[in-house]
Amino acid sequence: MKTTATALAVGSCAFALALATSSAMAQAEYPEEPITYVISFNPGGESDVTARFQEPHLEESLGVDVVVTHRPGGGGAVAWSDFQRSAEPDGYTLIGVNLPHIVAQPILRDDAGYDTFDWDIVTWFHFTPSALVVSKSSPFETLEDLVSYAQENPQVVTLGGSGTFSANHLETLRLENEAEIDLTYIPFTGTGPLPSALLGNHVSALMSYTVLGLQMPDEVRVLAVAAEERVSTLPDVPTFRELGYDIVGGAYRGVAAPKGTPPEILETLAEAFGETNEAIREKQEPLGFVMTHETGEDAVDLVETMRQAYGDVIEAEMGN
Amino acid sequence: MELFLEALVSILQPHMLLVIFIGVTAGLFVGALPGLTATMALAVLLPFTFTMDALQGLVALGAVYMGTIYGGSFAAILVNTPGTPSSIATTFDGYPMAKQGRAYEAICAATVASVIGGVLGVLALLLLAPPLARMALFFGPAEMFWVAILGLTLIAALSEGSLLKGLLGGCIGMILGTIGVSPVGGESRFTFGIPAMQGGVELIVALIGLFVVPELLLMATRGRAAIDAAGMKTGAREGMAIFLRTARAVLAKPVNLIRSAVIGQVIAIIPGAGGSIASLVSYDAARRSSKRPETFGRGNVDGLVASETSNNVMVAGSMVPLLTLGIPGAPPDAIILGVMMLHGLRPGFELFSTSGVLTNGFILSMGVAALLMLPVGLLGGRVIYRIVVGTPYFFLVPSIALVTILGTYALRNSMVDVLIMLGLGVVGYLLRNIGIGSAPIVLGLILGGIAEMGYVQSVLGGMAYSVPQLRLVENPLSQILVLLVVLAVGAPMVGAWRRRRVGKERDAGGET
Repeated sequence: MKTTATALAVGSCAFALALATSSAMAQAEYPEEPITYVISFNPGGESDVTARFQEPHLEESLGVDVVVTHRPGGGGAVAWSDFQRSAEPDGYTLIGVNLPHIVAQPILRDDAGYDTFDWDIVTWFHFTPSALVVSKSSPFETLEDLVSYAQENPQVVTLGGSGTFSANHLETLRLENEAEIDLTYIPFTGTGPLPSALLGNHVSALMSYTVLGLQMPDEVRVLAVAAEERVSTLPDVPTFRELGYDIVGGAYRGVAAPKGTPPEILETLAEAFGETNEAIREKQEPLGFVMTHETGEDAVDLVETMRQAYGDVIEAEMGN
Repeated sequence: MELFLEALVSILQPHMLLVIFIGVTAGLFVGALPGLTATMALAVLLPFTFTMDALQGLVALGAVYMGTIYGGSFAAILVNTPGTPSSIATTFDGYPMAKQGRAYEAICAATVASVIGGVLGVLALLLLAPPLARMALFFGPAEMFWVAILGLTLIAALSEGSLLKGLLGGCIGMILGTIGVSPVGGESRFTFGIPAMQGGVELIVALIGLFVVPELLLMATRGRAAIDAAGMKTGAREGMAIFLRTARAVLAKPVNLIRSAVIGQVIAIIPGAGGSIASLVSYDAARRSSKRPETFGRGNVDGLVASETSNNVMVAGSMVPLLTLGIPGAPPDAIILGVMMLHGLRPGFELFSTSGVLTNGFILSMGVAALLMLPVGLLGGRVIYRIVVGTPYFFLVPSIALVTILGTYALRNSMVDVLIMLGLGVVGYLLRNIGIGSAPIVLGLILGGIAEMGYVQSVLGGMAYSVPQLRLVENPLSQILVLLVVLAVGAPMVGAWRRRRVGKERDAGGET
């Protein structure tokens, strides 16, 4: 009888201890399974290439496998809607997210299938500023040349860019407002076709990203960049602000976890992505990316700011 | 020249040759499976290339790409389903040949044509890349619109029997192409509130649904047409005899080879067109210039050769805009661009000098891959051929069905794609029974989007004009393309009118 009681006591103690340690371990030991990192664009695109750069460093820092998978379609919306509907908030499924895409699509489409805020942003790790680019043979030497020509010739200046209500499009609309000119924006699918559209004189200029100016330094001239400060890889190019137009914008790339993911997990992930950013900085900056690390409240604020800035422009444009 | 020799030496290392050999062989088998495409093969290979150096990675991708496009012809010939989109036109004459007991002859012809096409594409890339790239710049939105319209005139050639039914098929395809997010404007269309439909109908999904599923249903209901059962028993010596005879016959028509290669190369540099268009246009050109166009679609080897030559020219040919301008000419090229970015290689004319050994090595390796297709294709081809012909259809049908479902799902990790594929399959089967073929539908799907984008972009570009549509015919190249469209539509009409008139005169003559 006594032995039974002792055994029971010992047993329950052991059980309690085991419970306590296992729950402690669950917290301390995230992650213990492979993490799926969903990319909502095609393999080989910039988002994919970035994820491939990150993958080994994330694995090193988190200690588990990181599996990059693709779910392209609808400019990202197919993957984002699926993710918000079905991903478990356990930190084992992450998804790449892009600004202004996640702001613009839900405003424009009734059935985008996802909400701009319905996830926990881990971090915004990349910023690609928009840039106004002309070909070397263009008569426009400066932004002022282009603006004054456009003032006299409304709609004649055509600006190619990637996508409708994308960062490129929105920066074009802001330039029109700021300079009080009338430009024609022509959307292309992605950044791929832009260089040939410019070099083949099918558009007068491009509102693209700084990436393009770095890719084709011999063929193009960058007139202005839409960043707060000059971009280190294009030191001679003025910002729009320097030239008197308040235009700062571009595309942000980040990563999100499902809404309701425990804060410790989000912190662990943010830390891993931050370390990764430092590790790949040298390879990424020459490609035209500006490395950022906006986490927690800052990350949400950024989305909020973007939504206000772009929401007004989109609604004004849609009302036309 | 020094760069060139250095590149050649780096490629002819034993381990590089092994990489190319394995790449071509693996590509061949992937391509031969309906539903598994070149893009998918490259995407699967992508992570493995990270462990390799830049040259080895690119060489592996190039070899697999080359092998897959060639492998697609096997499924086209033996099962009447294009293994990859690039071999759509290969089915038109390849399968009839197989039904006539000439399957092995068709495979031999496809092999010779693919090798020649592959090598010609590499030569063009090596020698003509800068002028070809400058030519690519002429194709703006307006030109793309007319290219798409020119492509749509192929429907007349592709509709067996009734032109009206062909046009109907083309319209169905164009309507399917509007599903999803619009290329310009970004609003979603015909998604019926299902978020996953924003992704639209992917070409490969439609291709599998419209070509493979109806064929499987036909096989399941009627049993398979006896394919060259005798051919299976042919020994190595007889096989060799067939090969030599076919090779001689193919090489005896250099005009067809050169015409198809030129068409393939021109289409390769037009962004967004792809191997499927190259194969269809070359097929049509071969048919139009043939003295006996009525034999096309009934097992004329020339049609098959035209299709296979041009689609393999595409492989190296589409590297022209990719390497010089960073524009992927066909979907698999996007993955190669990604690998270049990973290794810090910047597309541009400088690439040929600054990273000369690497660039030339990559190009030359595709030539080696093309040449290796000959032995690999003839040996591996016999294996595939035996498997397909030797397997009873009640095993073959479910096996192919399974592969197509897996392949469709893997494309975008999407169950909706599988449902679309199966739905289109049933629709395609029913349409086929009332005489609407799959080829015009797929053509409409491919070209509808290109035409729409070209039109909207051109009209936007002409906003400052009083009639914005004038932008469509402003450039000389647009005008040439318009002329070609008129000729493509008008020439057969004039021909038919002449024949009628000659016939009437004869009738009239008979009366007197």
